[in-house]
Order: sequence, then C-alpha cells, then structure tokens
Amino acid sequence: MELTKYEQDALDGKKGEALEIAYRILTAVGDAMDATKLITIKWVHVSGVNYNTIGDAGMEFLSNFSKTARTRVMTTLNPTGYDVDKLQNYDLDENFIHNQERINNSYVKMGVTTSFSCIPYDIYKIPSGAQVAFAESNAAIHANSIDNLKTNKESAFSALASAITGKSICSNIRNNEPDLPEISVQCKFDIQNELECGILGYFVGQTSRKIVNIDGSFNMDDDAKTKSLCGGIGTSGQCAKYTMNNLDPNTEKIDFDKKDFQNIHDKLNTADDGDVIAFGSPQLGLNELLRMSEMLKNKKFTKPCMIFCPRTVKNQANVLGCTDELEHTGCEILSDCCICFTPLLTNKNLDSVITNSIKGSYYLNSKNKICTNIKPMKQIINENTKNR
Amino acid sequence: MKIQKIVKKFIIKGIINGIVIKSDIPINFLSSIDVKTGVIKDPSSNIFQKSIINVVLVFPHAIGSSVGAYSIYSLKSNNTFPRAMLCKNADLVVASGCALANIPLATIYDNKYDELQTGDKLL
Repeated sequence: MELTKYEQDALDGKKGEALEIAYRILTAVGDAMDATKLITIKWVHVSGVNYNTIGDAGMEFLSNFSKTARTRVMTTLNPTGYDVDKLQNYDLDENFIHNQERINNSYVKMGVTTSFSCIPYDIYKIPSGAQVAFAESNAAIHANSIDNLKTNKESAFSALASAITGKSICSNIRNNEPDLPEISVQCKFDIQNELECGILGYFVGQTSRKIVNIDGSFNMDDDAKTKSLCGGIGTSGQCAKYTMNNLDPNTEKIDFDKKDFQNIHDKLNTADDGDVIAFGSPQLGLNELLRMSEMLKNKKFTKPCMIFCPRTVKNQANVLGCTDELEHTGCEILSDCCICFTPLLTNKNLDSVITNSIKGSYYLNSKNKICTNIKPMKQIINENTKNR
Repeated sequence: MKIQKIVKKFIIKGIINGIVIKSDIPINFLSSIDVKTGVIKDPSSNIFQKSIINVVLVFPHAIGSSVGAYSIYSLKSNNTFPRAMLCKNADLVVASGCALANIPLATIYDNKYDELQTGDKLL
C-alpha cells in the first residue's frame, strides 16, 4: 500500500506510539484487502466496549492506548455492558462494573462520543455520500446498503485506528463504481416479518464475502425488517453490502427456499419457550418503540420483557409518553446496552430467552450459553400478554 | 510441507513453522474460541475441544463480530495463541488482530488449503 511521507513517518514511530500502532493496524488491513492507499473519512463508529467481549486484555490495551491516543474525527461507540440507571434491579458483579467503567473512561479520554449504540444510522444525521469507518457489522451493512455511505466492514481495531488517524483503507467497496454483486440470492417464498428477514440475512451472509444481491417478492417496508436483515448478514459472514432486485443475468444465482429457512431456524431455535423476553439486537429505534407501544395497547406482559435501545431514543420516547406506555405493560427499557453479551442475561439465572433477533439468538446460544426461542415480535406479544 | 510453496501473501511477517491444526469451517473469533484456554468451543467445528496453542491455525476465513480482533489480541495476552495463522482469505478482523498481537499471518492458495491437514508439519 502506498503511504504519504507523513503516514510512513507515523508508521515508523516518529509521531508517537499511538499513531505508530494505528498505522501498523491500517497497513496490515490494507495488505489483507489489497488496498492501494489510505483515504480521509468523516465519521467512525467503534466496537469493543463491553467488558464481556474484550476482557482484561482489551481493557488494559485501551487504558494504555488512551494515555496518548486522541480521535481526529467524530467517533461514536457501540453498546456498553449495562444501563447504569437500572443497576439496582440486577445483582451485577462489582468487578464487572469496575472494569466496564475503566473501559468507558478510556474511550472518553480518547474523545469518543459515548453513544453506546449499535445503530448510529438511526440516531445521527451522517452526511449522505460520506466515506465512514463503521466497525459494528449491522451498522456497516446498513450504511453501505441503505444510507448512501461507504465503509469497509471494519474490525474493532481498524475502526479505532481510523478514529485516531482520520483515515481508512481504500478498498473496492469504497470506489464509486457500479455495485456488482458476486452472488444473487433468489428468495423462493414471501418474506413476511422481521424474524424471517433476519434468517434471510443469516443465509445471505454465508454466501459471499463481498456484495450480495437479494431477489424476491417482499416488502422491506419498515425499519425493523431492514435492521434485522443487516443484523443477520453481519452475524454469519463477511458480506459488507446487499442490493435488492439488481438483476444482472451474469451473476451467479443461489436459491433460498423454505428448507434453507427451516435449517437456520432450527439451528437458532433451541428452546420451546423462555424465562424472559428480549427485544433489541440491533437496538430498537424510536419508530420501533412507537409501533411496539401501539401493539401493546391495553395489554400486559405475563413474563419479564427487556427492551434495549439507545439512550437518545429512550429520551425521545419519554417526551412522547411512549416509555410510560411501555413500562405500564411490564417492559423494562434499558439504555446503553444490547441483548448481545450483556451480563444482565446470564445462564446462572436463565435457561432460555424469547427473542425476535437472529443476531441476539446466535450470540446468546454461542457466547452466553443460553437457549433461545425465536419468533416475530407480533407473535411474542400475542402469546405472552393478557388484557389489562 | 514448505511454507514458501503454499503462501499467497504474507500479511504479518514472521516465522511460520510447526504443526498444523485445520478448521474446515470459518471461525468466529469472538464466540468460537475460549481465549483463556486456547480451546475451540464451537461444537459444530471439526476441531471442537482442540487447543490452538503453539500450532499453526489454518482456516478458510473469519466470520461475524468485528470484536473478534480483540479475541485474537486476548489469545496473545493470555499466552494461548497459535504460532501463526494461515487462511484462504484474510479480512480486517484477522489482519488487525494479528497486527496488534504480532502473530504471523499469511493467505494461502486454495488448492494448498485443500491439501493441508491437521497434523501436517510446516517447515
């Protein structure tokens, strides 16, 4: 990869240790992706916050790195481990809280905006057409596919390096060339709801490392469906972008039929029921909270129900009276964290979780060792509420 | 087998030799490896319950979470890391994790990936 004199000096350690580390990361990922140069980016979204995911090694790295590293562009942050306002409801380990606070403080020291959200596209106005560097996989796919932004499917470290340098590798996906999907997934049945979108996404993610076209008869008419699709794609593979009904006769075609759907469903549906209901991986946006509130009119949950959303979304919903409505139905609204990896959901006190999230289900099963019962939100509400 | 004959591209330079352990499926570094013990914990993997410590980890490519890069760094910090990694396609997660952890990483030719088997010795 070609470097400017400044970039080469920084790589050689002449601009300090933090920039040397950052350029070491960028040149490595540039070599891996056959990038020819670095380009300036306007926004970074960093992952690697939750102590459950980065552990002691990550915490110590960030503590040392933050002594000198400072962000050069607007940098937002993925969810942390818990909602500090709800700690009294949970018997959380003091050590976890201490370590999580250290991690959060390291990001603050570097100048990162503690948005604690995996849906930056839902809560910020990011300039259309901008080159950005998003690490959170659902956000990267959403940015490239829906938001008219351009990003690699960054890693936690490559995004952090971009935050410190203001640069990212110029890979193929950043070029202003026509989208050329490598694979076209032919969906052979009607996709009805957000759960089915998530399963379709999980299938799509397995098919290609690049751009995938999705061809079929379905309506991506709400945020929940597109976010679930992006979450599914990000969970199962490396694909950074999808297109819809982009018919190129030369693209290799792969069918997605009911058998494929059932195979993924059965892999992730590891329980017949659950102890608790969890919504929000990706975190719910304002539109989803408002829609959910409408669906729950005059109803009350018969099981504990956790809703995960960004703090800004909760504040907006609060102004509209939506949080009161939802809390009257028995929901607990948690800010700053998400289903994936939160210590609030552990197999010490839970056997299984009911959720509509494919991404949440994958990581609850594989990382938290909690079984999941997956269903669309509408069905979950119908089966687990009574009239007030 | 001689390493020079199978490598397509060195991403993180270093000495790559030793015994191979080969995963037939892509690896999600965040959820498939116990970083404290270096043991594969994905039951669907052909190397389930096998250790990756001090061997050459061969796999097709990484999948899933961007935070997998921290898992690779944790393997190094916990002294549970492989001697080197070889994959068909290196992505940003593996490249950045190995860069920070200073674990040698290279991509290999598809047919050489097919030929390599667990237990092979790379010279």
